[in-house]
Amino acid sequence: MNDRKTRIKTFLVRYIRNYELNDDTDIFGGGLVNSLFAMQLITFLEKEFTITIEDRDLKLDNFRTINAMDNLIENKT
Amino acid sequence: MEIKLSEQQKRNQTAFRDFVNKEIIPHANQHDKEERIPDELIKKLARKRYFGAVLPEQYGGHAMDYITYGLLNEELGRGCASVRAFMMMQNMVALTIHKWGSEEQKERWLGRIASGETIAAFALTEPEVGSDAMHIETSFTDADDSKFIINGHKKWITLGQIADLFLVFGKKRGKLSAVLVEKDTPGLTKIPIGGMLGVRASMLAELYFDNCSVPQENLVGRAGFGFVPVGITALNLGRYSIAWGCVGIGQACLEACINYASNRRQFGDYLKNHQLIQEMIADMTVNLKAGRLLCYQAGQMQEEGHENAIMEIMVAKYFTSKMACTIASNAVQVHGAVGCSSDSAVQRHLRDAKIMEIIEGTSQIHQIKIADYAYREYAE
Ligand SMILES: Cc1cc2nc3c(=O)[nH]c(=O)nc-3n(C[C@H](O)[C@H](O)[C@H](O)COP(=O)(O)OP(=O)(O)OC[C@H]3O[C@@H](n4cnc5c(N)ncnc54)[C@H](O)[C@@H]3O)c2cc1C
Repeated sequence: MNDRKTRIKTFLVRYIRNYELNDDTDIFGGGLVNSLFAMQLITFLEKEFTITIEDRDLKLDNFRTINAMDNLIENKT
Repeated sequence: MEIKLSEQQKRNQTAFRDFVNKEIIPHANQHDKEERIPDELIKKLARKRYFGAVLPEQYGGHAMDYITYGLLNEELGRGCASVRAFMMMQNMVALTIHKWGSEEQKERWLGRIASGETIAAFALTEPEVGSDAMHIETSFTDADDSKFIINGHKKWITLGQIADLFLVFGKKRGKLSAVLVEKDTPGLTKIPIGGMLGVRASMLAELYFDNCSVPQENLVGRAGFGFVPVGITALNLGRYSIAWGCVGIGQACLEACINYASNRRQFGDYLKNHQLIQEMIADMTVNLKAGRLLCYQAGQMQEEGHENAIMEIMVAKYFTSKMACTIASNAVQVHGAVGCSSDSAVQRHLRDAKIMEIIEGTSQIHQIKIADYAYREYAE
């Protein structure tokens, strides 16, 4: 697991407890997170990886899994 | 850890306070009675760039940091909750367009909102849907590739009577979405709402959308992202504004009580020397200090982009809205009959404070979310 993925996972497991989270677990499809958490996730990604998430990044597929978020960050940095 | 304003923040605070003392407090009861804010005051607020307080200077904004913006809200809230709500709405919509709007939307609207040329409003609530916002019924139906049709009914919309631009929430192909709608759009009807308990100069309206045709490019963010992150960006700033505004209400009440209790005599002594009055003044002081500290903390976290800022803002809003109700109620008590008169400010503050426990998420909804936050933060 690369460093970025580890950092994302460390953040997620603070919220998603008692669940075996893999790099390709669908956190939205699985109903694992609520709307406030989704907002916290965006804030976390922006600050942790010094990126700005914009209008054009708003696709659920960019945030569904640890792998997808890793790709999004990769493409933005 | 240091909780200390910078010299610039202090200068801004003094400027805000002077403006409120001169331009707002002498007329605030009049706003309340007439249920409107005069155009002249709206122009003065715009000239101060308060409507673009959080926008960058390139759009005519003030580029305030979140602590400075908090101080502005405290001061406006100390003067008149309706004026603060007016300013809050402009910043809520402007920030949301700035963060999630297209380049065209930013170019078209941000400068106009900051200058006061365009008055913006936020239209989420419906007659049948308040707290349960995910279940709004307003529909955005695709007409063709370039347009969609809005049908629905919004209620309790602050500034609905006078707004030029509405950020409207609805469902597009079943997905929660946000769209900008101009006031002259055919099929949009506005019905004023008057006689509210508090924040009476908010110029509320009901909005009816009857087959309103809107260009697809008016969507803010994409379909399905209307609540998170678009709506929440606005609501988060709104809650922050309310939290500080409630500190302002509390401060106004405390200052009024100190003044009144120092001059009014009963049983041969000033009210301030009666211990039951001292108890109320002490509790006001302590709660106000606690509430202000919560606001400072939440503001600093928001400034730093901390992921928990959104939750700490909810903590602050929940605490200070409850606090403002208690302080304002006790302020009326300290003033006796004088506090019940329509000429007194404290009765207005009491009515305004109650509204703060309802808007931008009721106290109960805040309690549910804060409890959830506590389980996440403190579970083993
Ligand atoms: C002065 C004023 C200005 C406003 N301005 C705007 C505006 O500009 N734009 C806009 O979109 N809206 C606006 N509103 C509407 C406001 O956002 C709503 O009133 C608020 O969201 C609550 O919704 P509701 O009034 O429908 O109450 P409801 O959601 O019907 O709630 C009624 C009561 O039930 C409680 N309740 C609801 N669900 C639960 C639950 N799950 N558990 C426990 N208790 C619950 C609530 O806390 C409340 O006490 C304004 C309202 C006022 C009074």
